[in-house]
Amino acid sequence: MPAERLMPTEESIDLIALTRDIVDRELRPRVDAAERAASFPREVFRTLGRAGLLGLPYPEEYGGGGQPYEVYLQVVEEIASAWASVGVGTSVHALSCFGLFTAGTDEQKQRWLPDMLGGELLGAYCLSEAHAGSDPAAMRTRAVRVGDEYVIDGAKAWTTHGGEADFYKVMARTSEGSRGISCFLVPADTPGLVADNPEDKMGLMGSTTATMLFDGVRVPAERRLGEEGQGLSIALAGLDSGRLGIAAVATGVAQGALDVAVAYARERESFGKPIIEHQGLAFVLADMAAAVESARATYLAAARLKDAGRPFSRQASIAKLVATDNAMRVTTDAVQVLGGAGYTKDFPVERYMREVKVMQIFEGTNQIQRLVISRGLAR
Amino acid sequence: MNIVVCVKYVPDATADRSFDSSDSTVDREGVDGLLSELDEYAVEQALLAAEDGDGEVTVLTVGPADAADAVRKALQMGADKGVHVEDDDIAGSDAVATSLILAKALGTLEYDLVFFGMSSTDGTMGVVPTMVAERLGLPAVTYGSEITVDGSTVTVRRDGDVATETITATAPAVVSVTDQSGEPRYPSFKGIMAAKKKPVEDLTLSDLGIDASEVGLGAAWTKVLSFAPRPPRSAGEIVTDEGDGGTKLAEFLASKKFV
Ligand SMILES: Cc1cc2nc3c(=O)[nH]c(=O)nc-3n(C[C@H](O)[C@H](O)[C@H](O)COP(=O)(O)OP(=O)(O)OC[C@H]3O[C@@H](n4cnc5c(N)ncnc54)[C@H](O)[C@@H]3O)c2cc1C
Ligand SMILES: Cc1cc2nc3c(=O)[nH]c(=O)nc-3n(C[C@H](O)[C@H](O)[C@H](O)COP(=O)(O)OP(=O)(O)OC[C@H]3O[C@@H](n4cnc5c(N)ncnc54)[C@H](O)[C@@H]3O)c2cc1C
Repeated sequence: MPAERLMPTEESIDLIALTRDIVDRELRPRVDAAERAASFPREVFRTLGRAGLLGLPYPEEYGGGGQPYEVYLQVVEEIASAWASVGVGTSVHALSCFGLFTAGTDEQKQRWLPDMLGGELLGAYCLSEAHAGSDPAAMRTRAVRVGDEYVIDGAKAWTTHGGEADFYKVMARTSEGSRGISCFLVPADTPGLVADNPEDKMGLMGSTTATMLFDGVRVPAERRLGEEGQGLSIALAGLDSGRLGIAAVATGVAQGALDVAVAYARERESFGKPIIEHQGLAFVLADMAAAVESARATYLAAARLKDAGRPFSRQASIAKLVATDNAMRVTTDAVQVLGGAGYTKDFPVERYMREVKVMQIFEGTNQIQRLVISRGLAR
Repeated sequence: MNIVVCVKYVPDATADRSFDSSDSTVDREGVDGLLSELDEYAVEQALLAAEDGDGEVTVLTVGPADAADAVRKALQMGADKGVHVEDDDIAGSDAVATSLILAKALGTLEYDLVFFGMSSTDGTMGVVPTMVAERLGLPAVTYGSEITVDGSTVTVRRDGDVATETITATAPAVVSVTDQSGEPRYPSFKGIMAAKKKPVEDLTLSDLGIDASEVGLGAAWTKVLSFAPRPPRSAGEIVTDEGDGGTKLAEFLASKKFV
């Protein structure tokens, strides 16, 4: 059952219809095989890009869709309800363009943004390092200024789309301390930049995650976004929006799990009636539905604050925390509702459960979200 | 090269479709409608044919108010303008009446080629393209699975059971295309935004000089007298192999005339 949505405009209604059409015809038929084979669906991203779905939250003057987050996130949710890896990828791509859009000069934006939003290119961002995940200020990768260039050396861990992307938004150290980090836009074909072997993960197999190795990577100084030392704040500002993306992705996967569970519970019989008619199980489904809808309401409330130009950092962390914790519970319960069948790969719910787990971890673990929320309260 | 694509708004073929019990016509209220998927192929071919010229693609539909959705979808895919013939008296029209309305509407438009899908997904008669061609005195090249337009010549490959034919016609001509002609494009979000500004002309029967008695259920050449839902599928027959399984399977296939 598709989610009930209140869209703000006629074009956003058509946009959701277009998304569902592409999801049904291009994503659903491919997701199972691609996730089993751990193959990255580059062609699917091209289809989404050509349809304009990869640039939605950016202004039309740069080739984006000019859509508010309220609309963009619901598109991401629809995508993720069929294929989490592609939902995550859509959000990561948007995040990889965020630094240029917020910190770039007009000239930089006009030069690079239209191609990045045009749909043929895919982006990635490199913040984390092996020893610096929750605490990115501890990063060691260096960018040393030499004449008109920076020379980057180091390793950026966990890069989503690592080795697949066309450009990387890279945070690297130009001096000591948390104010010593700068942000660079690095094309994938820059000499010295290679991806290590992809991580062998628990889930999200269709989303390649790899450490990017920087060995004397020379980047023209004009590819630095913002001033030297602004890198961490550019990255963290982007994460506020990225967290909303992850909240939407988690909500989509949870919706997908709920749909499978309800359909199964209507058909499956025990003790002479459909299991949905046993109150003990029906209440599990009711709690799942409540969790999905409250997650959606929570991320939309944060999105509307952002769209209105108001501070939304705390609400973004709350949305990420609530939506991913809810989704973890909903997908675990979906396996339960399907009984033994839920534990097999004949049904997608075990995959949903594995996929959602990482959403409690990346873009700031849920402990870090609590840190952000509680620090805001203490102020 | 100016092209008109005739499209139909049909009940979603993936939904539970049925007839209206009051007049035995297709129930268009109970299920969501959309641009017939087979017509999307015609829109695609029209857009391709018009791509490198300076002509326009006009999308034409005859149908109830909601049929505007089918026009909008074609405009989102890239057509330039729409024409929607809507009139209460059209309800229940058969293929003959529909072809009359389309032919009259085409008379108000400038075109070199008229594209159709191979049939609708609801009525599935596939006769409207040739009826329209007959009324307009135009050549009809139908069931094209490959369409090439070169100057004013349209060439169509037609895949039959025993032979493949290549047929050419000179514009103005009517062309119908199959679902083998090439996957229709998705609209893009830019297309969705652009479609809002594209003109759609609404016409009635009187605008086209058609008398209400010529169309609608009353004028239909055929009438559905009764209908019944297809009985639920019965369980299949299980053949237990007691050494003669192969023979039993062969007998079964022979009895169904498969071998
Ligand atoms: C599939 C995947 C994709 C990813 N994609 C990207 C990407 O595209 N780009 C990118 O830059 N990074 C990416 N990451 C990295 C991700 O953001 C980090 O894994 C995450 O921030 C956690 O860092 P860590 O793994 O180093 O865990 P750690 O920081 O080592 O944390 C370990 C545990 O300690 C807890 N913890 C740490 N500090 C505190 C504290 N102060 N209080 C309470 N608890 C604490 C954490 O919550 C966690 O439970 C990705 C990770 C994964 C798994
Ligand atoms: C890895 C694995 C190993 C197994 N090994 C064995 C084995 O060695 N031998 C063996 O005999 N079996 C085995 N099983 C089967 C296992 O015991 C069953 O899967 C389990 O009893 C659940 O039955 P089911 O899968 O048919 O789920 P169902 O009975 O269909 O239940 C589906 C859901 O409905 C709920 N439900 C059902 N009835 C009610 C009710 N009245 N009120 C409330 N909720 C209800 C269930 O709790 C569950 O959430 C195994 C299963 C697995 C997955």
